Amino acid sequence: MSDRIKALFRRLPMHVVVILLCILWITPTVGLLVTSFRPRQEVVDSGWWQALAPRETVGQGEYERYCASCHGADGTAVSAANLADPERIAQFRMSVALTARLRQNLPDGRPHLAEELPDAQQTADLLAYLRQLSGLEGTADQPRFTLNNYVDAVVGYSGQASYVESGCAAGNSTDDACLGTGIASERGMARALLNSLLVSLPATLLPIVIASFAAYAFSWLHFRGRQWLFVVLVALQIVPLQMTLIPIYRVYAQVGLTGSLVGIWLFHTGFGLPYAIYLMRNFIGAIPRDIFESAYLDGASHWTAFIKIALPLSVPALASLAIFQFLWVWNDLLVALVFLGGQTPVLTWQISNLVGRFSGYHLLTAAAFVSMLLPMLVFFGLQRFFVRGMLAGSVKG
Amino acid sequence: MAAKAEVPAIMKQARYAPWLYLAPALLIMLFFVVYPMVNTIYLSLMDQDAVQSAAATCVAGQPCWGILENYRHALTDETMLLSFRNNLLWIILMVPGTTLLGLVIAVLVDRVRYEALAKAIIFLPMAISFVGAGIIWVYIYDFKTAGSQIGLLNAIVTALGLAPVPWLTTGPWVNNIALIVVGIWMWTGFCMTILSASIKSVPKELLEAARVDGANEWTIFWRIIVPIISPTIIVVLTTMTVNVLKIFDIVYVMGKGQPGTQVIATRMYVEQFSRFNSGLSSAIAVILILAVLPIGYINIRRFREQEAMR
Repeated sequence: MSDRIKALFRRLPMHVVVILLCILWITPTVGLLVTSFRPRQEVVDSGWWQALAPRETVGQGEYERYCASCHGADGTAVSAANLADPERIAQFRMSVALTARLRQNLPDGRPHLAEELPDAQQTADLLAYLRQLSGLEGTADQPRFTLNNYVDAVVGYSGQASYVESGCAAGNSTDDACLGTGIASERGMARALLNSLLVSLPATLLPIVIASFAAYAFSWLHFRGRQWLFVVLVALQIVPLQMTLIPIYRVYAQVGLTGSLVGIWLFHTGFGLPYAIYLMRNFIGAIPRDIFESAYLDGASHWTAFIKIALPLSVPALASLAIFQFLWVWNDLLVALVFLGGQTPVLTWQISNLVGRFSGYHLLTAAAFVSMLLPMLVFFGLQRFFVRGMLAGSVKG
Repeated sequence: MAAKAEVPAIMKQARYAPWLYLAPALLIMLFFVVYPMVNTIYLSLMDQDAVQSAAATCVAGQPCWGILENYRHALTDETMLLSFRNNLLWIILMVPGTTLLGLVIAVLVDRVRYEALAKAIIFLPMAISFVGAGIIWVYIYDFKTAGSQIGLLNAIVTALGLAPVPWLTTGPWVNNIALIVVGIWMWTGFCMTILSASIKSVPKELLEAARVDGANEWTIFWRIIVPIISPTIIVVLTTMTVNVLKIFDIVYVMGKGQPGTQVIATRMYVEQFSRFNSGLSSAIAVILILAVLPIGYINIRRFREQEAMR
């Protein structure tokens, strides 16, 4: 055996472990993604890993046993009782009606069925099959994947059918679940997505700007207690978010800031500042001193040095900070729950609410994926900055 | 003080200039971080509506801690003890779990060519919200008493010929461990990334020299890599401990209505926003910060060492 093959065999267990771990890690997310594209009924009936498995046709066995001998495989053999006629099948709204019909004798006096009657479950399956056979309901040719779940999630439809099938958009649908749906619906993910952006963008920008100023002062300005103040700042990073909620909530309630966007922007700014200043100070403080000195000799003031030197040179740090803060605010549930609640539903709030009402996995998975799309794009597009930001200050919790 | 952080003396500055740069940050932090800390301590000594001292809520003939009455509740109440126990279980399982897994993965992927892809896959859950992850896992843990299982875990269990398990409602261990698994799934990527960067900084010559001397990979890992990166391992362990102490979202979303899975942070939320008892809720918050205080101290010490080394 050549050395290369030997080396390959020696390394094989390692590859197996790494690949197994990767599969283990990604499977849950794949399950979510697959489910979000499956039709509602299939999600209820079978696991997502069976999404491509041949569909079991409910009731086909029963049909062949009880009906096919007289009515024929396609249900049209008895012209007086054409089972392929949707109107005829529509008469049997429930399986008890079908049982009653099977108990009745035929017009010529013979019993409808020569053998024993099917039991309740068999009859129900039989009816389900007849509804498909007659074309009353979609047949097995229905698509295996659909975008309906996403439409439902976006417009806030959580009824028994789907927004598209119920024709909610036309406005004359009989489906009660259509009420209050639409692109601007308070229950919809479209509105929540917009709210999440309205919360996240200023709550990202504000702390970064304020932190940059402070970081410049901590790095390049003289003042008494500079070191001491910065140590306090490092310590403040571990203050649990939960601790600050109650007092701020009480103040907000008094000044009428609960439920307002300004309130949540300021809260996220306050909570994000210690880490942001820490990270920016490490970066701005690491810029070589000579650069600032020569700028001063050229007549620059601190303000010019800050705007023209410190900020442009710390773009990588600004980027990692922006990503971190953005994802933190975007993914936050607790702060949104306390300060915004249902008045301005953000994505996380909306999904948590869907879980509470248990709206079915087809809807939950689609909604979850809508909320994950942007973070995933940010993550894959800007992974470099993301990792750097995390390494620069791993004390933030 | 290190040379590089010194300010160039030739740059002129007005006396008030630093405070102009600092004012917005200091004011906001004063209100949003420092004031709440002081206020929470005050509230924790008051009754549920913060109108009188907590001592007034004592009932004659019952045990009473006077002004610390809320703390007596927080430390002796049965549901509170349960949430302390759960939080402890989270720390015991999740902190070593994520660190160890992160370390193993970081070491392994360092030796394969598809490192970037493997790391991205392990890290991906970090970008997802806890709520999204909650849904992913509620679905995996789905339980049906009979018929075909649509939850992956119970499908595997039934395929092996065993009875399906209601993972999220079987107390006291199964449900908590089911939630902790989600936590591990989410945070291992964080540990892996930090540890991986540290492993890459281990000098290659050192590893080569050890290999030439005939050390196997196992020895190299334990005798060279681990000692060199041990400061980073400590950072990861402390950071994860703080994170786990504050764990909220996973339990809130997945364990809704499950008293058996409550942790300190969810308990605090319930006391404040369902039972409107700000005294007890604040006492729980103070206990939480007391629990993370030692870690804050470790952070400051480490920061000072770093500054001294610059």
